[in-house]
Amino acid sequence: MTSPDMNPADVSIMQTPGQQSPNGFKSAAAKAVSKAASPWLLPLIFGVGGLLIWEFGLWATNPERFLLPRPSEIISVLSEDDRGVDNTIFESIFEASRTTGFIILSSLVVGVILGVAAALITTRFRATNEVITPLAVAMNATPIVALAPIFNNWLGLTSPRSNQAVVVLIVFFPVFINTARGLNTVDPNQIELMQSLASKPWTIIRRVRIPSALPFFFTALKLVSSLCVVAAIVAEYFGGSQSSLGSKIITYAGFTQYDAAWAAVLAGSIIGIVLYALASVAERLAMPWAHRSWNSP
Amino acid sequence: MTAERATDNPQVSEEGLQDSMDTLQDSMESRQHLLGSVAAQGVSKVFLPNSTSKVTALEDINLHISPGSFTTLIGPSGCGKSTLLRLVAGLIHPTQGVVQVNGKPADQARKDRDYGMAFQTASLFDWRTVRKNIELPLELMGWRRGARQQRAAEMLELVQLPEFADSYPSELSGGMQQRVAIARALAFKPTLLLMDEPFGALDEMTREHMQAELLHIWEETNTTIIFITHSIPEAVFLSTNVCVMTPRPGRISTQIEIDLGKRTDDTREREDFFASIVKVREALRSQEST
Ligand SMILES: Nc1ncnc2c1ncn2[C@@H]1O[C@H](COP(=O)(O)OP(=O)(O)O)[C@@H](O)[C@H]1O
Ligand SMILES: [Mg+2]
Repeated sequence: MTSPDMNPADVSIMQTPGQQSPNGFKSAAAKAVSKAASPWLLPLIFGVGGLLIWEFGLWATNPERFLLPRPSEIISVLSEDDRGVDNTIFESIFEASRTTGFIILSSLVVGVILGVAAALITTRFRATNEVITPLAVAMNATPIVALAPIFNNWLGLTSPRSNQAVVVLIVFFPVFINTARGLNTVDPNQIELMQSLASKPWTIIRRVRIPSALPFFFTALKLVSSLCVVAAIVAEYFGGSQSSLGSKIITYAGFTQYDAAWAAVLAGSIIGIVLYALASVAERLAMPWAHRSWNSP
Repeated sequence: MTAERATDNPQVSEEGLQDSMDTLQDSMESRQHLLGSVAAQGVSKVFLPNSTSKVTALEDINLHISPGSFTTLIGPSGCGKSTLLRLVAGLIHPTQGVVQVNGKPADQARKDRDYGMAFQTASLFDWRTVRKNIELPLELMGWRRGARQQRAAEMLELVQLPEFADSYPSELSGGMQQRVAIARALAFKPTLLLMDEPFGALDEMTREHMQAELLHIWEETNTTIIFITHSIPEAVFLSTNVCVMTPRPGRISTQIEIDLGKRTDDTREREDFFASIVKVREALRSQEST
Protein backbone atom coordinates (compact mmCIF):
# COMPACT_ATOMS: atom_id res chain seq x y z
CA MET A 1 0.00 0.00 0.00
CA THR A 2 1.00 3.66 -0.19
CA SER A 3 3.14 4.94 2.60
CA PRO A 4 1.38 7.37 4.94
CA ASP A 5 3.85 10.12 4.11
CA MET A 6 2.93 10.00 0.45
CA ASN A 7 -0.78 9.87 1.03
CA PRO A 8 -2.31 12.56 -1.21
CA ALA A 9 -5.15 13.14 1.21
CA ASP A 10 -2.65 13.96 3.94
CA VAL A 11 -0.64 16.23 1.72
CA SER A 12 -3.68 18.25 0.74
CA ILE A 13 -4.46 18.85 4.39
CA MET A 14 -0.94 19.78 5.31
CA GLN A 15 -0.27 22.09 2.37
CA THR A 16 -3.38 24.22 2.67
CA PRO A 17 -2.71 26.56 5.58
CA GLY A 18 -6.34 27.65 5.76
CA GLN A 19 -7.36 24.12 6.62
CA GLN A 20 -5.09 23.82 9.63
CA SER A 21 -7.55 23.66 12.45
CA PRO A 22 -6.54 25.37 15.69
CA ASN A 23 -8.70 22.87 17.52
CA GLY A 24 -6.71 19.74 18.38
CA PHE A 25 -9.68 17.41 18.16
CA LYS A 26 -10.77 18.64 14.77
CA SER A 27 -7.35 18.23 13.23
CA ALA A 28 -7.13 14.77 14.77
CA ALA A 29 -10.51 13.98 13.24
CA ALA A 30 -9.38 15.34 9.87
CA LYS A 31 -6.30 13.16 10.10
CA ALA A 32 -8.38 10.11 10.91
CA VAL A 33 -10.65 10.87 7.97
CA SER A 34 -7.70 11.17 5.62
CA LYS A 35 -6.26 7.94 7.03
CA ALA A 36 -9.58 6.30 6.37
CA ALA A 37 -9.56 7.65 2.82
CA SER A 38 -6.19 6.16 1.87
CA PRO A 39 -7.37 2.52 1.77
CA TRP A 40 -10.02 3.71 -0.68
CA LEU A 41 -7.49 4.97 -3.19
CA LEU A 42 -6.69 1.58 -4.69
CA PRO A 43 -10.33 0.42 -4.98
CA LEU A 44 -11.11 3.79 -6.59
CA ILE A 45 -8.44 3.28 -9.25
CA PHE A 46 -9.71 -0.24 -9.90
CA GLY A 47 -13.30 1.00 -9.99
CA VAL A 48 -12.53 3.64 -12.60
CA GLY A 49 -10.46 1.13 -14.57
CA GLY A 50 -13.33 -1.37 -14.41
CA LEU A 51 -15.80 1.22 -15.71
CA LEU A 52 -13.49 2.04 -18.64
CA ILE A 53 -13.14 -1.66 -19.54
CA TRP A 54 -16.92 -2.05 -19.24
CA GLU A 55 -17.51 0.96 -21.51
CA PHE A 56 -14.98 0.16 -24.22
CA GLY A 57 -15.32 -3.60 -24.02
CA LEU A 58 -19.03 -3.34 -24.85
CA TRP A 59 -18.35 -0.61 -27.42
CA ALA A 60 -15.92 -2.94 -29.22
CA THR A 61 -18.01 -6.13 -29.06
CA ASN A 62 -21.34 -4.28 -29.48
CA PRO A 63 -23.89 -6.72 -27.96
CA GLU A 64 -27.62 -5.96 -27.68
CA ARG A 65 -28.26 -2.98 -25.45
CA PHE A 66 -30.81 -4.79 -23.25
CA LEU A 67 -28.31 -7.48 -22.24
CA LEU A 68 -25.91 -5.00 -20.69
CA PRO A 69 -25.91 -1.25 -21.32
CA ARG A 70 -22.65 0.72 -21.39
CA PRO A 71 -21.92 3.11 -18.49
CA SER A 72 -22.34 6.06 -20.85
CA GLU A 73 -25.78 4.79 -21.84
CA ILE A 74 -26.73 4.44 -18.18
CA ILE A 75 -25.67 8.03 -17.60
CA SER A 76 -27.45 9.39 -20.64
CA VAL A 77 -30.73 7.68 -19.73
CA LEU A 78 -30.80 9.71 -16.51
CA SER A 79 -31.89 12.85 -18.37
CA GLU A 80 -34.73 11.10 -20.22
CA ASP A 81 -38.34 11.52 -19.12
CA ASP A 82 -39.62 8.92 -16.70
CA ARG A 83 -42.66 7.17 -18.17
CA GLY A 84 -45.95 8.02 -16.45
CA VAL A 85 -44.49 10.57 -14.00
CA ASP A 86 -43.67 14.20 -14.46
CA ASN A 87 -39.96 13.67 -13.79
CA THR A 88 -36.70 12.83 -15.45
CA ILE A 89 -35.38 9.36 -14.65
CA PHE A 90 -32.61 11.00 -12.63
CA GLU A 91 -35.18 12.77 -10.47
CA SER A 92 -37.17 9.56 -10.01
CA ILE A 93 -34.10 7.56 -9.01
CA PHE A 94 -32.90 10.33 -6.73
CA GLU A 95 -36.29 10.40 -5.02
CA ALA A 96 -36.31 6.59 -4.77
CA SER A 97 -32.80 6.63 -3.29
CA ARG A 98 -33.99 9.03 -0.61
CA THR A 99 -36.91 6.75 0.27
CA THR A 100 -34.79 3.61 0.31
CA GLY A 101 -31.89 5.41 1.99
CA PHE A 102 -34.17 6.49 4.80
CA ILE A 103 -35.50 2.95 5.23
CA ILE A 104 -31.96 1.60 5.33
CA LEU A 105 -30.57 4.20 7.68
CA SER A 106 -33.46 4.11 10.16
CA SER A 107 -33.49 0.30 10.23
CA LEU A 108 -29.71 0.18 10.54
CA VAL A 109 -29.86 2.43 13.58
CA VAL A 110 -32.68 0.44 15.20
CA GLY A 111 -31.12 -2.95 14.35
CA VAL A 112 -27.70 -1.89 15.69
CA ILE A 113 -29.20 -0.50 18.90
CA LEU A 114 -31.23 -3.68 19.46
CA GLY A 115 -28.25 -5.92 18.67
CA VAL A 116 -25.91 -4.06 21.00
CA ALA A 117 -28.53 -3.91 23.75
CA ALA A 118 -29.17 -7.66 23.50
CA ALA A 119 -25.41 -8.30 23.62
CA LEU A 120 -25.01 -6.13 26.72
CA ILE A 121 -27.95 -7.75 28.49
CA THR A 122 -26.81 -11.32 27.79
CA THR A 123 -23.32 -10.38 28.98
CA ARG A 124 -24.43 -8.70 32.17
CA PHE A 125 -27.19 -11.15 33.09
CA ARG A 126 -25.98 -14.60 32.14
CA ALA A 127 -29.41 -16.19 32.66
CA THR A 128 -30.91 -14.16 29.80
CA ASN A 129 -28.37 -15.75 27.48
CA GLU A 130 -30.36 -18.99 27.49
CA VAL A 131 -33.46 -17.18 26.26
CA ILE A 132 -32.11 -14.57 23.87
CA THR A 133 -29.40 -16.52 22.06
CA PRO A 134 -31.52 -19.50 20.88
CA LEU A 135 -34.21 -17.02 19.84
CA ALA A 136 -31.69 -15.02 17.84
CA VAL A 137 -30.24 -18.16 16.26
CA ALA A 138 -33.71 -19.36 15.27
CA MET A 139 -34.45 -15.93 13.84
CA ASN A 140 -31.23 -15.98 11.85
CA ALA A 141 -31.99 -19.43 10.47
CA THR A 142 -35.30 -18.09 9.13
CA PRO A 143 -34.98 -16.76 5.56
CA ILE A 144 -35.88 -13.26 6.65
CA VAL A 145 -36.21 -11.73 3.18
CA ALA A 146 -38.74 -14.44 2.40
CA LEU A 147 -40.87 -13.01 5.20
CA ALA A 148 -41.29 -9.73 3.32
CA PRO A 149 -44.71 -10.63 1.82
CA ILE A 150 -45.91 -11.69 5.27
CA PHE A 151 -44.73 -8.44 6.82
CA ASN A 152 -46.57 -6.60 4.05
CA ASN A 153 -49.69 -8.39 5.16
CA TRP A 154 -49.10 -7.41 8.79
CA LEU A 155 -47.88 -3.86 8.38
CA GLY A 156 -49.55 -2.69 5.15
CA LEU A 157 -48.64 -3.36 1.53
CA THR A 158 -47.56 0.20 0.75
CA SER A 159 -46.09 1.01 4.15
CA PRO A 160 -42.30 1.28 4.48
CA ARG A 161 -42.70 -0.34 7.94
CA SER A 162 -42.62 -3.84 6.47
CA ASN A 163 -39.39 -3.05 4.59
CA GLN A 164 -37.91 -1.63 7.76
CA ALA A 165 -38.89 -4.76 9.69
CA VAL A 166 -36.96 -6.94 7.22
CA VAL A 167 -33.84 -4.76 7.40
CA VAL A 168 -33.94 -4.51 11.20
CA LEU A 169 -34.08 -8.31 11.48
CA ILE A 170 -31.23 -8.71 8.98
CA VAL A 171 -29.06 -6.19 10.84
CA PHE A 172 -29.82 -7.42 14.34
CA PHE A 173 -28.22 -10.85 14.25
CA PRO A 174 -24.66 -10.17 13.05
CA VAL A 175 -24.44 -7.16 15.38
CA PHE A 176 -25.75 -9.13 18.36
CA ILE A 177 -23.56 -12.20 17.85
CA ASN A 178 -20.36 -10.29 17.10
CA THR A 179 -20.79 -7.75 19.87
CA ALA A 180 -21.67 -10.47 22.40
CA ARG A 181 -18.58 -12.39 21.40
CA GLY A 182 -16.46 -9.25 21.70
CA LEU A 183 -17.87 -8.48 25.14
CA ASN A 184 -16.90 -11.97 26.26
CA THR A 185 -13.52 -12.21 24.56
CA VAL A 186 -11.70 -10.39 27.31
CA ASP A 187 -8.37 -11.16 28.92
CA PRO A 188 -9.48 -12.87 32.18
CA ASN A 189 -6.61 -11.16 33.97
CA GLN A 190 -8.08 -7.78 33.06
CA ILE A 191 -11.35 -8.82 34.68
CA GLU A 192 -9.54 -10.04 37.81
CA LEU A 193 -7.56 -6.82 37.90
CA MET A 194 -10.78 -4.83 37.87
CA GLN A 195 -12.29 -7.05 40.57
CA SER A 196 -9.15 -6.65 42.64
CA LEU A 197 -9.90 -2.91 42.49
CA ALA A 198 -13.43 -3.58 43.79
CA SER A 199 -15.15 -2.70 40.49
CA LYS A 200 -18.85 -3.42 40.03
CA PRO A 201 -20.02 -5.51 37.02
CA TRP A 202 -21.25 -2.48 35.08
CA THR A 203 -17.97 -0.68 35.66
CA ILE A 204 -16.18 -3.69 34.20
CA ILE A 205 -18.51 -3.72 31.22
CA ARG A 206 -18.02 -0.03 30.58
CA ARG A 207 -14.27 0.14 31.10
CA VAL A 208 -13.09 -3.26 29.86
CA ARG A 209 -15.70 -5.23 27.96
CA ILE A 210 -17.02 -2.45 25.72
CA PRO A 211 -13.59 -1.24 24.55
CA SER A 212 -12.54 -4.88 23.96
CA ALA A 213 -15.70 -5.44 21.91
CA LEU A 214 -15.22 -2.44 19.60
CA PRO A 215 -13.23 -4.30 16.89
CA PHE A 216 -15.89 -7.04 16.83
CA PHE A 217 -18.69 -4.49 16.73
CA PHE A 218 -17.18 -2.60 13.81
CA THR A 219 -16.58 -5.80 11.86
CA ALA A 220 -20.31 -6.47 12.19
CA LEU A 221 -21.21 -2.88 11.35
CA LYS A 222 -19.21 -2.98 8.11
CA LEU A 223 -20.80 -6.31 7.24
CA VAL A 224 -24.38 -5.14 7.78
CA SER A 225 -23.76 -1.80 6.06
CA SER A 226 -23.73 -3.73 2.75
CA LEU A 227 -26.16 -6.44 3.77
CA CYS A 228 -28.89 -3.97 4.68
CA VAL A 229 -28.93 -2.46 1.16
CA VAL A 230 -29.58 -5.87 -0.38
CA ALA A 231 -32.25 -6.61 2.23
CA ALA A 232 -34.04 -3.30 1.72
CA ILE A 233 -34.15 -3.52 -2.09
CA VAL A 234 -35.30 -7.15 -2.14
CA ALA A 235 -37.97 -6.33 0.46
CA GLU A 236 -39.11 -3.47 -1.77
CA TYR A 237 -39.67 -5.91 -4.64
CA PHE A 238 -42.57 -7.29 -2.63
CA GLY A 239 -44.18 -4.06 -1.48
CA GLY A 240 -43.73 -0.78 0.30
CA SER A 241 -43.54 2.69 -1.19
CA GLN A 242 -44.06 3.05 -4.96
CA SER A 243 -41.11 5.41 -5.04
CA SER A 244 -38.37 3.12 -3.77
CA LEU A 245 -35.32 1.71 -5.52
CA GLY A 246 -36.71 -1.83 -5.38
CA SER A 247 -40.04 -0.81 -6.86
CA LYS A 248 -38.31 1.33 -9.53
CA ILE A 249 -36.06 -1.55 -10.60
CA ILE A 250 -39.12 -3.81 -10.98
CA THR A 251 -40.99 -1.15 -12.97
CA TYR A 252 -38.11 -0.27 -15.32
CA ALA A 253 -37.30 -3.93 -15.93
CA GLY A 254 -40.99 -4.57 -16.58
CA PHE A 255 -40.98 -1.90 -19.31
CA THR A 256 -37.65 -3.24 -20.70
CA GLN A 257 -35.90 0.02 -19.70
CA TYR A 258 -32.82 -1.92 -18.70
CA ASP A 259 -30.47 1.03 -18.65
CA ALA A 260 -32.79 2.82 -16.20
CA ALA A 261 -33.01 -0.35 -14.08
CA TRP A 262 -29.22 -0.48 -14.06
CA ALA A 263 -29.07 3.15 -12.99
CA ALA A 264 -31.32 2.31 -10.02
CA VAL A 265 -29.14 -0.69 -9.09
CA LEU A 266 -26.05 1.52 -9.18
CA ALA A 267 -27.81 4.04 -6.94
CA GLY A 268 -28.23 1.17 -4.45
CA SER A 269 -24.56 0.29 -4.61
CA ILE A 270 -23.62 3.93 -4.06
CA ILE A 271 -25.70 3.89 -0.87
CA GLY A 272 -23.91 0.70 0.21
CA ILE A 273 -20.46 2.15 -0.50
CA VAL A 274 -21.23 5.37 1.38
CA LEU A 275 -22.48 3.41 4.41
CA TYR A 276 -19.40 1.19 4.38
CA ALA A 277 -17.15 4.22 4.16
CA LEU A 278 -18.95 5.89 7.06
CA ALA A 279 -18.61 2.71 9.15
CA SER A 280 -14.87 2.59 8.38
CA VAL A 281 -14.35 6.21 9.34
CA ALA A 282 -16.34 5.69 12.55
CA GLU A 283 -14.16 2.68 13.34
CA ARG A 284 -10.98 4.69 13.01
CA LEU A 285 -12.32 7.55 15.09
CA ALA A 286 -13.55 5.18 17.81
CA MET A 287 -10.35 3.12 18.02
CA PRO A 288 -7.37 5.46 17.52
CA TRP A 289 -5.10 2.97 19.33
CA ALA A 290 -5.66 0.32 16.66
CA HIS A 291 -4.33 2.58 13.90
CA ARG A 292 -1.58 4.27 15.82
CA SER A 293 1.18 2.44 13.95
CA TRP A 294 0.20 4.42 10.84
CA ASN A 295 1.47 7.69 12.23
CA SER A 296 4.58 6.66 14.09
CA PRO A 297 4.87 8.62 17.35
CA MET B 1 -16.61 1.58 52.64
CA THR B 2 -14.31 3.98 54.42
CA ALA B 3 -17.05 6.53 54.84
CA GLU B 4 -19.26 3.93 56.46
CA ARG B 5 -16.69 3.09 59.04
CA ALA B 6 -15.63 6.63 59.74
CA THR B 7 -19.11 8.10 60.30
CA ASP B 8 -20.00 5.19 62.54
CA ASN B 9 -23.48 5.23 64.06
CA PRO B 10 -24.96 8.75 63.96
CA GLN B 11 -27.37 8.07 66.83
CA VAL B 12 -24.84 7.51 69.61
CA SER B 13 -24.59 10.09 72.41
CA GLU B 14 -21.65 12.47 72.81
CA GLU B 15 -20.11 10.16 75.34
CA GLY B 16 -20.78 7.10 73.22
CA LEU B 17 -19.27 8.91 70.29
CA GLN B 18 -16.15 9.61 72.28
CA ASP B 19 -16.01 5.97 73.28
CA SER B 20 -16.45 4.70 69.78
CA MET B 21 -13.85 7.22 68.58
CA ASP B 22 -11.48 5.71 71.11
CA THR B 23 -12.18 2.16 70.01
CA LEU B 24 -11.76 3.26 66.42
CA GLN B 25 -8.46 4.83 67.41
CA ASP B 26 -7.49 1.65 69.22
CA SER B 27 -8.41 -0.61 66.38
CA MET B 28 -6.52 1.60 63.96
CA GLU B 29 -3.46 1.49 66.19
CA SER B 30 -3.70 -2.25 66.64
CA ARG B 31 -4.03 -2.54 62.88
CA GLN B 32 -1.11 -0.25 62.21
CA HIS B 33 1.40 -3.00 62.83
CA LEU B 34 -0.69 -5.37 60.70
CA LEU B 35 -0.48 -3.10 57.62
CA GLY B 36 1.16 -5.14 54.91
CA SER B 37 0.70 -8.42 56.76
CA VAL B 38 -0.98 -11.55 55.42
CA ALA B 39 -2.17 -14.50 57.46
CA ALA B 40 -3.73 -17.75 56.29
CA GLN B 41 -4.94 -20.22 58.88
CA GLY B 42 -6.04 -23.76 58.12
CA VAL B 43 -6.99 -22.74 54.58
CA SER B 44 -8.16 -25.29 52.06
CA LYS B 45 -9.77 -24.76 48.68
CA VAL B 46 -11.85 -27.33 46.82
CA PHE B 47 -13.07 -26.51 43.31
CA LEU B 48 -16.38 -28.05 42.19
CA PRO B 49 -16.90 -29.78 45.56
CA ASN B 50 -20.16 -31.44 44.49
CA SER B 51 -18.99 -32.84 41.19
CA THR B 52 -17.09 -35.97 40.28
CA SER B 53 -14.29 -33.84 38.88
CA LYS B 54 -13.73 -32.06 42.18
CA VAL B 55 -10.25 -30.66 42.68
CA THR B 56 -8.67 -30.16 46.07
CA ALA B 57 -6.35 -27.35 45.04
CA LEU B 58 -5.09 -26.42 48.50
CA GLU B 59 -5.12 -28.21 51.84
CA ASP B 60 -4.36 -26.90 55.31
CA ILE B 61 -2.33 -23.86 54.32
CA ASN B 62 -0.81 -21.93 57.20
CA LEU B 63 1.11 -18.86 56.23
CA HIS B 64 2.24 -15.74 58.06
CA ILE B 65 3.75 -12.95 56.10
CA SER B 66 5.15 -10.01 57.98
CA PRO B 67 5.02 -6.41 56.76
CA GLY B 68 7.74 -5.40 54.35
CA SER B 69 8.83 -8.96 53.56
CA PHE B 70 9.29 -10.44 50.12
CA THR B 71 7.76 -13.93 49.91
CA THR B 72 7.94 -16.20 46.87
CA LEU B 73 5.71 -19.19 46.27
CA ILE B 74 7.47 -21.87 44.28
CA GLY B 75 6.28 -25.31 43.22
CA PRO B 76 5.39 -27.45 40.22
CA SER B 77 2.73 -26.20 37.88
CA GLY B 78 -0.81 -26.96 39.06
CA CYS B 79 0.12 -27.09 42.74
CA GLY B 80 -2.18 -24.21 43.62
CA LYS B 81 0.10 -21.17 43.66
CA SER B 82 -2.29 -18.99 41.67
CA THR B 83 -5.18 -20.27 43.75
CA LEU B 84 -3.43 -19.24 46.95
CA LEU B 85 -2.69 -15.81 45.53
CA ARG B 86 -6.31 -15.33 44.48
CA LEU B 87 -7.45 -16.35 47.96
CA VAL B 88 -5.20 -13.66 49.41
CA ALA B 89 -6.65 -11.24 46.85
CA GLY B 90 -10.17 -12.06 48.01
CA LEU B 91 -11.11 -12.95 44.42
CA ILE B 92 -12.15 -16.45 45.53
CA HIS B 93 -13.13 -17.67 48.97
CA PRO B 94 -11.59 -20.53 50.95
CA THR B 95 -13.58 -23.73 51.44
CA GLN B 96 -12.17 -23.85 54.95
CA GLY B 97 -10.12 -21.55 57.12
CA VAL B 98 -9.57 -17.79 57.02
CA VAL B 99 -7.33 -15.47 55.08
CA GLN B 100 -6.55 -12.09 56.59
CA VAL B 101 -4.90 -9.18 54.88
CA ASN B 102 -3.87 -6.08 56.85
CA GLY B 103 -5.63 -7.64 59.84
CA LYS B 104 -9.03 -7.91 58.12
CA PRO B 105 -10.77 -10.55 55.99
CA ALA B 106 -9.31 -10.80 52.49
CA ASP B 107 -12.58 -9.82 50.83
CA GLN B 108 -12.76 -6.66 52.93
CA ALA B 109 -9.16 -5.84 52.01
CA ARG B 110 -10.12 -6.21 48.35
CA LYS B 111 -13.07 -3.87 48.78
CA ASP B 112 -10.79 -1.39 50.55
CA ARG B 113 -8.27 -1.70 47.71
CA ASP B 114 -5.45 -2.66 50.02
CA TYR B 115 -3.27 -4.40 47.45
CA GLY B 116 -2.06 -4.14 43.86
CA MET B 117 -1.84 -7.02 41.44
CA ALA B 118 0.27 -8.03 38.41
CA PHE B 119 0.15 -11.13 36.21
CA GLN B 120 2.32 -13.09 33.80
CA THR B 121 0.75 -11.21 30.91
CA ALA B 122 1.01 -7.47 31.43
CA SER B 123 -2.75 -7.26 30.73
CA LEU B 124 -2.60 -3.58 29.92
CA PHE B 125 -5.63 -1.98 28.33
CA ASP B 126 -4.80 -1.57 24.62
CA TRP B 127 -7.11 1.39 24.28
CA ARG B 128 -5.42 3.42 26.99
CA THR B 129 -2.08 5.14 26.71
CA VAL B 130 0.63 4.09 29.16
CA ARG B 131 -0.18 7.08 31.36
CA LYS B 132 -3.90 6.30 31.31
CA ASN B 133 -3.23 2.64 32.17
CA ILE B 134 -1.34 3.69 35.27
CA GLU B 135 -4.08 6.18 36.15
CA LEU B 136 -6.84 3.56 35.95
CA PRO B 137 -6.83 2.46 39.63
CA LEU B 138 -6.73 6.13 40.63
CA GLU B 139 -9.72 6.90 38.39
CA LEU B 140 -11.64 4.05 40.01
CA MET B 141 -10.77 5.51 43.39
CA GLY B 142 -12.10 8.91 42.37
CA TRP B 143 -8.83 10.84 42.36
CA ARG B 144 -8.83 14.28 40.77
CA ARG B 145 -7.21 14.65 37.39
CA GLY B 146 -4.25 16.73 38.50
CA ALA B 147 -3.38 14.33 41.32
CA ARG B 148 -3.71 11.37 38.94
CA GLN B 149 -1.38 12.88 36.40
CA GLN B 150 1.19 13.74 39.02
CA ARG B 151 1.18 10.23 40.46
CA ALA B 152 1.35 8.63 37.00
CA ALA B 153 4.40 10.76 36.22
CA GLU B 154 6.02 9.66 39.50
CA MET B 155 5.34 6.00 38.77
CA LEU B 156 6.75 6.34 35.26
CA GLU B 157 9.94 7.73 36.80
CA LEU B 158 10.03 4.79 39.20
CA VAL B 159 9.88 2.22 36.39
CA GLN B 160 12.10 4.41 34.17
CA LEU B 161 9.69 4.91 31.31
CA PRO B 162 8.79 8.62 31.48
CA GLU B 163 9.22 9.14 27.73
CA PHE B 164 6.55 6.53 26.94
CA ALA B 165 3.71 8.24 28.82
CA ASP B 166 1.67 8.88 25.69
CA SER B 167 2.45 5.67 23.82
CA TYR B 168 -0.04 2.89 23.49
CA PRO B 169 0.89 -0.50 25.04
CA SER B 170 1.23 -2.09 21.58
CA GLU B 171 4.16 0.24 20.92
CA LEU B 172 6.14 -1.12 23.89
CA SER B 173 8.31 -4.22 24.25
CA GLY B 174 7.24 -7.07 26.56
CA GLY B 175 9.57 -5.98 29.34
CA MET B 176 8.40 -2.37 29.13
CA GLN B 177 4.76 -3.50 29.24
CA GLN B 178 5.47 -5.51 32.36
CA ARG B 179 7.06 -2.46 33.96
CA VAL B 180 3.94 -0.44 33.18
CA ALA B 181 1.83 -3.20 34.75
CA ILE B 182 3.94 -2.97 37.91
CA ALA B 183 3.61 0.81 37.90
CA ARG B 184 -0.16 0.40 37.60
CA ALA B 185 -0.23 -2.07 40.50
CA LEU B 186 1.77 0.36 42.66
CA ALA B 187 0.09 3.58 41.54
CA PHE B 188 -2.04 4.00 44.64
CA LYS B 189 0.79 2.91 46.94
CA PRO B 190 -0.84 -0.24 48.29
CA THR B 191 0.75 -1.90 51.32
CA LEU B 192 0.76 -5.24 49.51
CA LEU B 193 1.72 -6.30 46.00
CA LEU B 194 0.60 -9.67 44.58
CA MET B 195 2.50 -10.93 41.53
CA ASP B 196 1.69 -14.11 39.60
CA GLU B 197 4.73 -15.11 37.53
CA PRO B 198 5.17 -11.55 36.31
CA PHE B 199 8.51 -12.22 34.61
CA GLY B 200 7.62 -15.66 33.27
CA ALA B 201 7.32 -14.51 29.67
CA LEU B 202 10.51 -12.45 29.56
CA ASP B 203 13.90 -13.42 28.18
CA GLU B 204 16.71 -14.08 30.65
CA MET B 205 18.46 -10.71 30.24
CA THR B 206 15.30 -8.65 30.62
CA ARG B 207 14.29 -10.87 33.49
CA GLU B 208 17.43 -10.19 35.52
CA HIS B 209 17.10 -6.51 34.82
CA MET B 210 13.47 -6.55 35.97
CA GLN B 211 14.39 -8.47 39.12
CA ALA B 212 16.90 -5.82 40.09
CA GLU B 213 14.35 -3.11 39.32
CA LEU B 214 11.66 -4.80 41.38
CA LEU B 215 14.00 -5.05 44.38
CA HIS B 216 14.82 -1.39 43.95
CA ILE B 217 11.10 -0.54 43.98
CA TRP B 218 10.54 -2.83 46.95
CA GLU B 219 13.24 -1.06 48.97
CA GLU B 220 11.98 2.34 47.98
CA THR B 221 8.28 1.71 48.68
CA ASN B 222 8.47 -0.65 51.64
CA THR B 223 5.68 -2.75 50.13
CA THR B 224 5.03 -6.34 51.18
CA ILE B 225 5.37 -8.55 48.10
CA ILE B 226 4.03 -12.04 47.40
CA PHE B 227 5.59 -13.34 44.21
CA ILE B 228 4.95 -16.58 42.29
CA THR B 229 7.72 -18.08 40.19
CA HIS B 230 8.91 -21.30 38.57
CA SER B 231 12.53 -20.29 38.74
CA ILE B 232 14.62 -21.26 41.76
CA PRO B 233 17.35 -18.64 41.18
CA GLU B 234 14.68 -15.99 40.78
CA ALA B 235 13.04 -17.00 44.06
CA VAL B 236 16.38 -16.94 45.89
CA PHE B 237 17.57 -13.70 44.38
CA LEU B 238 14.37 -11.81 45.18
CA SER B 239 12.97 -13.02 48.42
CA THR B 240 13.37 -12.93 52.15
CA ASN B 241 11.14 -16.02 52.37
CA VAL B 242 10.64 -18.92 49.96
CA CYS B 243 7.56 -21.12 50.41
CA VAL B 244 7.98 -24.46 48.68
CA MET B 245 4.68 -26.04 47.69
CA THR B 246 3.70 -29.64 46.97
CA PRO B 247 1.07 -30.66 44.43
CA ARG B 248 -2.24 -32.50 44.79
CA PRO B 249 -3.38 -31.38 47.20
CA GLY B 250 -1.33 -28.18 47.39
CA ARG B 251 0.47 -27.63 50.66
CA ILE B 252 3.36 -25.55 51.85
CA SER B 253 5.97 -28.18 52.59
CA THR B 254 8.90 -26.00 53.57
CA GLN B 255 9.55 -22.36 54.32
CA ILE B 256 13.11 -21.23 53.76
CA GLU B 257 14.46 -17.92 54.96
CA ILE B 258 16.97 -16.32 52.66
CA ASP B 259 19.48 -13.94 54.16
CA LEU B 260 21.72 -12.58 51.46
CA GLY B 261 21.60 -8.92 52.53
CA LYS B 262 21.36 -6.25 49.87
CA ARG B 263 21.28 -7.78 46.41
CA THR B 264 23.63 -6.61 43.70
CA ASP B 265 24.70 -8.14 40.41
CA ASP B 266 27.53 -9.88 42.29
CA THR B 267 25.02 -11.63 44.54
CA ARG B 268 24.25 -13.99 41.69
CA GLU B 269 27.80 -15.28 41.76
CA ARG B 270 28.19 -15.60 45.50
CA GLU B 271 28.74 -18.84 47.41
CA ASP B 272 25.77 -18.33 49.77
CA PHE B 273 23.50 -17.57 46.78
CA PHE B 274 24.28 -21.01 45.36
CA ALA B 275 23.91 -22.59 48.77
CA SER B 276 20.41 -21.17 49.04
CA ILE B 277 19.56 -22.40 45.57
CA VAL B 278 20.64 -25.89 46.57
CA LYS B 279 18.47 -25.68 49.69
CA VAL B 280 15.37 -24.74 47.70
CA ARG B 281 16.08 -27.35 45.05
CA GLU B 282 16.43 -30.07 47.67
CA ALA B 283 13.18 -29.00 49.28
CA LEU B 284 11.46 -29.29 45.88
CA ARG B 285 13.13 -32.65 45.18
CA SER B 286 12.36 -34.25 48.54
CA GLN B 287 8.62 -33.82 48.02
CA GLU B 288 8.84 -35.48 44.60
CA SER B 289 10.20 -38.71 46.04
CA THR B 290 7.53 -38.96 48.75
N1 LIG C 1 -11.68 -22.12 38.73
C1 LIG C 1 -11.23 -23.38 38.82
N2 LIG C 1 -12.10 -24.43 38.70
C2 LIG C 1 -11.66 -25.71 38.81
N3 LIG C 1 -10.38 -26.05 39.04
C3 LIG C 1 -9.48 -25.07 39.17
C4 LIG C 1 -9.85 -23.68 39.06
N4 LIG C 1 -8.74 -22.92 39.22
C5 LIG C 1 -7.72 -23.80 39.42
N5 LIG C 1 -8.14 -25.08 39.39
C6 LIG C 1 -7.32 -26.29 39.61
O1 LIG C 1 -6.62 -26.12 40.80
C7 LIG C 1 -5.29 -26.60 40.68
C8 LIG C 1 -4.31 -25.51 41.03
O2 LIG C 1 -4.33 -24.53 40.01
P1 LIG C 1 -3.43 -23.23 40.06
O3 LIG C 1 -3.61 -22.55 41.35
O4 LIG C 1 -3.71 -22.42 38.84
O5 LIG C 1 -1.96 -23.83 39.97
P2 LIG C 1 -0.56 -23.12 39.73
O6 LIG C 1 -0.80 -21.66 39.68
O7 LIG C 1 0.30 -23.55 40.84
O8 LIG C 1 -0.03 -23.64 38.43
C9 LIG C 1 -5.16 -27.12 39.26
O9 LIG C 1 -5.32 -28.53 39.30
C10 LIG C 1 -6.28 -26.46 38.54
O10 LIG C 1 -6.73 -27.28 37.49
MG1 LIG D 1 -0.51 -20.25 38.06
